[in-house]
Amino acid sequence: MGAPARRVPHRNAMAKRLRSRTKTRAPTRRRVTPLRVRVARPAPALDQHRCEQFLLHEARLLDDAKFDDWLALFAADAWYWVPSEPNQDNPHDTVSLIYDDRRLLETRVRRLASPRMYSQEPRSRTSRIVANVTIEDAEGRSATVRSKFAMIEYRRETQRLFAGTATHRLVQTENGIRIAWKRVDLVNCDAPMDGITVPF
Amino acid sequence: MSDDFSRYFAPGRVHRRLYSDPAIFETEMQRIFGAAWIYVGHESQVKNPGDYFATQIGRKPVVMVRDHDGQVHVIHNQCAHRGAMVVATEKGNAPEFTCCYHGWTYHLDGKLKAVPLNHGYPRDFDPSNPKTSMRRSPRVKSYRGFVFASEAEDGPPLDEALGDMKTSLDDMIDRAPDGEIEVAGGVFKHAYNGNWKLYFENLCDAAHPLFVHRSSIEAAQQQSDSVHSDGSGEIAIRQMRQNAAPYSFWESQVGIWTYPNGHSYLGDYHDDAKLVAALKDPVFRDYLAALESKKGKAEAKRILEVRRWNSNIYPNVSLMSQFQQLRVVHPIAVNKTVVHAYTFRLKGAPEQMFRNSISFANIVNGTGSLVLTDDLEIYNRIDIGISSEGTEWLQVGRGYNSDVPEPSGGRRGINSTSEVYIRNMLDAWLGYMNHGRAGPARAAS
Repeated sequence: MGAPARRVPHRNAMAKRLRSRTKTRAPTRRRVTPLRVRVARPAPALDQHRCEQFLLHEARLLDDAKFDDWLALFAADAWYWVPSEPNQDNPHDTVSLIYDDRRLLETRVRRLASPRMYSQEPRSRTSRIVANVTIEDAEGRSATVRSKFAMIEYRRETQRLFAGTATHRLVQTENGIRIAWKRVDLVNCDAPMDGITVPF
Repeated sequence: MSDDFSRYFAPGRVHRRLYSDPAIFETEMQRIFGAAWIYVGHESQVKNPGDYFATQIGRKPVVMVRDHDGQVHVIHNQCAHRGAMVVATEKGNAPEFTCCYHGWTYHLDGKLKAVPLNHGYPRDFDPSNPKTSMRRSPRVKSYRGFVFASEAEDGPPLDEALGDMKTSLDDMIDRAPDGEIEVAGGVFKHAYNGNWKLYFENLCDAAHPLFVHRSSIEAAQQQSDSVHSDGSGEIAIRQMRQNAAPYSFWESQVGIWTYPNGHSYLGDYHDDAKLVAALKDPVFRDYLAALESKKGKAEAKRILEVRRWNSNIYPNVSLMSQFQQLRVVHPIAVNKTVVHAYTFRLKGAPEQMFRNSISFANIVNGTGSLVLTDDLEIYNRIDIGISSEGTEWLQVGRGYNSDVPEPSGGRRGINSTSEVYIRNMLDAWLGYMNHGRAGPARAAS
């Protein structure tokens, strides 16, 4: 009678250990960090593969709502631009759906963390697909990368589809790849639409 | 609908059906948008003969166009033959309009010019009959470049309908050193699932910013000013911080004025030193110098002392003169509204001033704004909320019984958090709905 009585707690303890191990191994707990290079080594070229990997990494941060990590991808004097017109020349003489210098982009990201951001209560869920990546020009440690994206946004029983072209100016720094600027041209940039709260 | 619409009002209250009943909406389209002077566009959008701008009066697609003699017309964007929309692009220039279906061609004033195969129509077919035209709005009138149209043959002239609110339109123009303004910098089009009246009822609501805009206020307050900015972010952040003005400020420093026919404006809640004038700002100093050299010191001073936030001209246009903003409300359905927001360029002002207006537009009227998005959320939530019969009567009674009569015939709120301007719009509403013209019905007031 003694042996089975000992086995029961033993099994439970095993199960508990297994559960906790499984928990720590869950992919959702894994931290996604920007690509890095060691200071001592010369920076690798911004080739097609590294650019693609960077864009996928960025899209994943946004889909996972890790907006602080997303912000950290931008250079200190970066800007982020979503024009209101097709082929818009510049963000200064025509209005933009979003035009953020670094100071405003930080404010935007901080607001996204606020429980009082009523236009994000409930939160949007998004799913992004990035494709057709091409390097438009590259010199030294910088490259202009063009890609196509589709973003599905779901919030309060409504699903919206955004699609368009993203243009990134990427710079290889000692701390990894940084975005010097990003421009997002939506195919429906001049359509009437409800508020845009989650960045593209 | 032969209702007496006053049954939807009680002192300081309005029935939720005004915002949710499709039948009431249909009647509004006839009796308000089919009768009142509706803002259509600005003459600078059609500078040259043949220039056109396609827009809407209520739900009706119309075209504002300048003819070869320089006259501005508003014509219905509809072919007299089979009813197809004739002008398919938002703006452009054309010597004449041709319907793409059977080639009926119209002069710029809407009169029929030519019909292919015109031998095949019945004997009584007469190309000179107005019924074969693209129909013209019966009354079109410009006030200093702002073009309004009325779909009613008769009614008070525009001058009388605008009344003292002309001073808000004057304020837009007066601020241009050269005395001229033009639409520039594109347009925002934001949409929400809610009634068109909700938009106007929020524009002078001084009690909401501190609450609705809390997330952008806090984010802006916490933002370090040492982080890199190209100038555009700074304007946005100043604006968001100003929304933190405490209730005590609104109740002691800011006023609200209403006028007959549903018009109103909110006093400016920005200290000039914080936002517009920023006396040490070199751009503003250049602007002031230009204004003074063109208009004289005394007149420049007078102009800059007119400080208004949103001026609402009932039923469909709102202006903000300090950053040259103009918003047009397009009702689409009882629970669907689209708002177009424009920016004006002040001729003779430094170019950077216009760029500052663009930055301001992005943060206040932009589809991706950190501020407007929370307002849109409110309109959407009201629409969901009022679908419930839980609360039949909505409150618009703040400041009720404390309004101060003005010599203009309007009323001033006891302070800026008064809902007097909502009651004033509802009074105009009741007049249009019951009698076809804005009335001093004093329905909810």
